[in-house]
Amino acid sequence: MRHPILRALLRLSRHKALLLLGGGAILLALPFVAMLGGQAWVRILDLAILYVFLALGLNIVVGFAGLLDLGYIAFYAVGAYTWALLASPHFGLHLPFWVILPIGALLACLFGVLLGAPTLRLRGDYLAIVTLGFGEIIRIFLNNLNAPVNITNGPQGITLIDPVKFGAFSFSSRTEIFGYTLVGPQKYYFLLLALCVLVVGINYRLQHSRIGRAWQAIREDEIAAKAVGIDTRNMKLLAFAMGASFGGIAGGIYAAMQGFVSPESFSLIESIMVLAMVVLGGMGHIPGVILGAVLLAVLPEALRFAVLPVQQALFGKVLVDPESLRMLIFGLALVLVMRFRPQGLWPSPERKRELLAGQEGRT
Amino acid sequence: MSEVLLEAREVSKRFGGVKALTGVSLTIRRGEIYGLIGPNGAGKTTFFNCLTGLYVPDGGGFVFDGQPLQADAPQKAAVRGIARTFQNIRLFPEMTALENVMVGRHVRTCAGVLGAMLRTRATQLEEARIRRRAEELLYYVGIADRAGDLARNLSYGDQRRLEIARALATEPRLLCLDEPAAGMNGAETEALKGLIDGIRQDGITVLLIEHDMKLVMGLCDRLAVLDYGQKICEDVPAVVQKDKRVIEAYLGEVPEDA
Ligand SMILES: Nc1ncnc2c1ncn2[C@@H]1O[C@H](COP(=O)(O)OP(=O)(O)O)[C@@H](O)[C@H]1O
Ligand SMILES: [Mg+2]
Repeated sequence: MRHPILRALLRLSRHKALLLLGGGAILLALPFVAMLGGQAWVRILDLAILYVFLALGLNIVVGFAGLLDLGYIAFYAVGAYTWALLASPHFGLHLPFWVILPIGALLACLFGVLLGAPTLRLRGDYLAIVTLGFGEIIRIFLNNLNAPVNITNGPQGITLIDPVKFGAFSFSSRTEIFGYTLVGPQKYYFLLLALCVLVVGINYRLQHSRIGRAWQAIREDEIAAKAVGIDTRNMKLLAFAMGASFGGIAGGIYAAMQGFVSPESFSLIESIMVLAMVVLGGMGHIPGVILGAVLLAVLPEALRFAVLPVQQALFGKVLVDPESLRMLIFGLALVLVMRFRPQGLWPSPERKRELLAGQEGRT
Repeated sequence: MSEVLLEAREVSKRFGGVKALTGVSLTIRRGEIYGLIGPNGAGKTTFFNCLTGLYVPDGGGFVFDGQPLQADAPQKAAVRGIARTFQNIRLFPEMTALENVMVGRHVRTCAGVLGAMLRTRATQLEEARIRRRAEELLYYVGIADRAGDLARNLSYGDQRRLEIARALATEPRLLCLDEPAAGMNGAETEALKGLIDGIRQDGITVLLIEHDMKLVMGLCDRLAVLDYGQKICEDVPAVVQKDKRVIEAYLGEVPEDA
């Protein structure tokens, strides 16, 4: 009897198996390499991978079902505050992660359905505006739910949030393994990596299933989809709820990892950022979305490290502050991609094939 | 089981001042090919749209297989067993021909999110069945060799066939075709005729909107003629062809002394 995973590996072509093993080895080694540059780099890795998770969640909504959601970060916020309230001194609750995470996911899912049920008959731009409003409403609620009863602690946010813990094994402290000291962010990296592998698998399976086909059908021609008997309303709601659940899970991990949440982490620009990751990478194409998320999460941080020294060396003083440069470059990158590669940096092979066919047709 | 499959009762629909349908009643019997003809703008497509739930009629309704059709959502019509094609082809352009037909199986299959995520044995089996049936249907309509091509890259005639295959995938009892021969050349139309006849022989009732008179007259058991939203005639082709009002509708006023 061979293990099923091993069997799956053996079925792959040698080329693919090598790629998979090589990629896996690199992913496993990354946090140790990053640690050479300091814990800050490992944190950046953690955030990048958290964004991959978030982007893949949003990909279900935007990429698969074709629903423009500009308030996605609200579900992330719901997950984060669920964790913060149920595992911090704020209410004196310290529930274990396997209780909080499902609650966070379910609550986010519920919010997704609450938002989706009345609005999903709207199309395109209209849906985008309603979801945008919803995202802002959630943030404003979090900001103001400190009076008359203090639930969210308002703009100050919630501190001293419990880390993820398996029994006595805490993800925030240092652990000695084989004489090597693992720091908190490195441990979170592996947790997030495991979650990401899971969500990638779920994305793939959904995409190539009856449900995934129904979503694509709705995205391409809603009337035709209805005519073949797809309940478009329920299918859209399903996509919304699933995306929201993943957002909720990501939010929970984020709260635990940072140990602190406040409403300002969940502003509109965050929603736009995650959406940009999905679109930049190649909507609906899973490797593309991952690429987009990693690029947009890591590059600005790397820039932050590079901009000051470079300016010092070139001009002898700092002319542009890194934060504004970041937004400038982000905007420029988006415009350039939309102009020259509207299908995203790494679109699905089908779309590429089609694009080539179109070009042949023209010449 | 009664002989009547579909009964339209006084169906009316107006768009602002345009009376697209005025009290149209007709009955379609099981196993027949029923034609719906009339000049452009007569209301044929509107009739289809009311029947398949795309539009809600202002008055009247449909009885399908002995029970009233709730005409408020198109997917319900498909569930009941009414499938259609569109006058201006509506495929899923970025999906392959095979995937288009596989989508058609949606309404007769049941794998849910959990099944898809866990890829249970039942889901895998169902998925294999969906694929096999889709392949069969592509073969049936004669475009098996284009299975892997994106729908948008198919030729016009093949797209029409693909749309029929997708509609058949929903296991309809009534198949509604909206001008399936539009834009086809003579040979293609002839092949289409064979296809529609075959579909009827498989026990599926066909409602056919068509402009090609040769096709309609050669194929239909009975037909109804619409003009300005009103049914002006309903009979077998031989009688309809000679009906004075029908000739008028098609050729304009026939002078008294002509
Ligand atoms: N969605 C709509 N809005 C407004 N008018 C419509 C609409 N659909 C059809 N009509 C009008 O209804 C009439 C019948 O159209 P239609 O059913 O498409 O005719 P046919 O299919 O017989 O050519 C036409 O006058 C058309 O302009
Ligand atoms: Mg028409």
